[in-house]
Amino acid sequence: MKFSRIIASTGEWLSGDGPHRNIVVSSRVRLARNLREKPFPGWAKKAERLEVMRLVKESVENLPEMADAYSENLEALSPLEKQVLVERHLISREHAAKGVGSAVVMNSPQSLSVMINEEDHLRMQAICCGLQLDHVFSMIDRVDTELEATLDFAFDTDLGYLTACPTNVGTGMRASAMLHLPGLVMSDQINRIVNSVNKIGLAVRGLHGEGTEAMGNLFQVSNQTTLGETEAEIIGRLNRVIEQILEHEQNARIVLTQKKSITLHDQVGRAYGVLCHAHSMNSKEALNLLSVIKLGVDIGMFPDSHRFPIDELFIETQPAHLQKGAQTQKMSADERDTLRATIIRAKLLQVPVPDISRLITGTADITDKDHDE
Amino acid sequence: MQCDVCQNKEATVFLTQIVEGNMQKVNLCEACSKEKGVNDPTGFALADLLLGLGAAQEIDKSPTSLKCPVCGFTQVDFKKTGRLGCSACYTVFAEGLSGLLKNMHKGTIHSGKTPIVFRKIREQGNEMKQLQLSLGEAVAAEEYEKAAELRDQIRQIEAEVAK
Repeated sequence: MKFSRIIASTGEWLSGDGPHRNIVVSSRVRLARNLREKPFPGWAKKAERLEVMRLVKESVENLPEMADAYSENLEALSPLEKQVLVERHLISREHAAKGVGSAVVMNSPQSLSVMINEEDHLRMQAICCGLQLDHVFSMIDRVDTELEATLDFAFDTDLGYLTACPTNVGTGMRASAMLHLPGLVMSDQINRIVNSVNKIGLAVRGLHGEGTEAMGNLFQVSNQTTLGETEAEIIGRLNRVIEQILEHEQNARIVLTQKKSITLHDQVGRAYGVLCHAHSMNSKEALNLLSVIKLGVDIGMFPDSHRFPIDELFIETQPAHLQKGAQTQKMSADERDTLRATIIRAKLLQVPVPDISRLITGTADITDKDHDE
Repeated sequence: MQCDVCQNKEATVFLTQIVEGNMQKVNLCEACSKEKGVNDPTGFALADLLLGLGAAQEIDKSPTSLKCPVCGFTQVDFKKTGRLGCSACYTVFAEGLSGLLKNMHKGTIHSGKTPIVFRKIREQGNEMKQLQLSLGEAVAAEEYEKAAELRDQIRQIEAEVAK
């Protein structure tokens, strides 16, 4: 499969459907695996990395799940192409910095991807829409079991799967969900939530994981420990915490619509106005305003049919996605800001003005919608 | 004040962060702060640095300056990167790592997924123990026919393991 085909379709996790998808943007599980007694990528010499890559790549490409796969060595990708994959969460920022001796393999719906020679020999992930951590785990677990037949994974009966960094040893699993929490941010409850989640051994991070800022009211919640619990226990713990965060977010939205409706209308209206008429916009401002519009869709101020075009803008306005169509050399930041504003205006003008009368004020509508699943 | 990483040059960069309610301080020299990416906010995590430093201190407790026979990784390398060299390093540096892992994780023994080959080994181990127990009992009870049968079963498993 060609890179142009990857670019053309946005991937299942964005366009698909799943439980609680209004608030849970995506669920993701990644497993770290290494080959026995081969030096980890960070310590291996170039020849050793190439040897591991050859072995692993062949096994991964032969998986039934990877029948129509996109597979490429990282040195063959341009910085822009790598950045597109980062923005779609298909490879990590760390992996994008790699060159000769590293590779990426992903299936055509972009729900499974395997990074070869990132920090570990294999970092494989499954991603899908809404809150379905159990489902994504079973997807990646199957791939892992299939790979076991051809690859000799480094495993210790006491310590479990052995990883380059001791923080991943054991299950080698990081499960995470991307949450859209404008209600908790607007009602100033987010810091309290983040602190209490951190206290119970889970991590809350920004849009692109470790060390990144929270933008567009998007937060990534994940497990921090990997040794001493089964995969099911870790995911169960994460699920319970996420469900509580969802409840808090839903309550915050109810309070906002009932008690602070003017503030809410004002914010949605302003966001709509700026997005419809701005001619230069950086990606941070775009994400923050789009987040308010997304909230507007959730609470009924915009017709639900506009949900997907809005969600798509979250990705399409990221720096590399903006430039992917343009075959010219790298655009300047100013040029990107202008192009971003143009793309947003074109899409937003098809969205009708916010309609307050359609606002879902009662508790029933919002909660029913989310509890149905 | 000396740099916490190289223990050599004068520290000029001072970092403080609250980690799980405890104040953590790190002092670095110019060169080490650059190497750790302190000037690059996106690539730098104090926790990581602290973890790396803590880990290195833990490993320092192990007797001699260890070196992994498989990949040639040393304590100094671990101190620098906070990462290990290969899977065999976990055995080589086991003593120093155990304390570190205890602080880092919920437990110290893996209870999750196990590759099928290891499940087989474990099952065979359990079966073997059981058979040997029964064999002892059979011999004690002078049930030689049964003992011979058990002995054959044990040999069969031994042959499988040897493969």
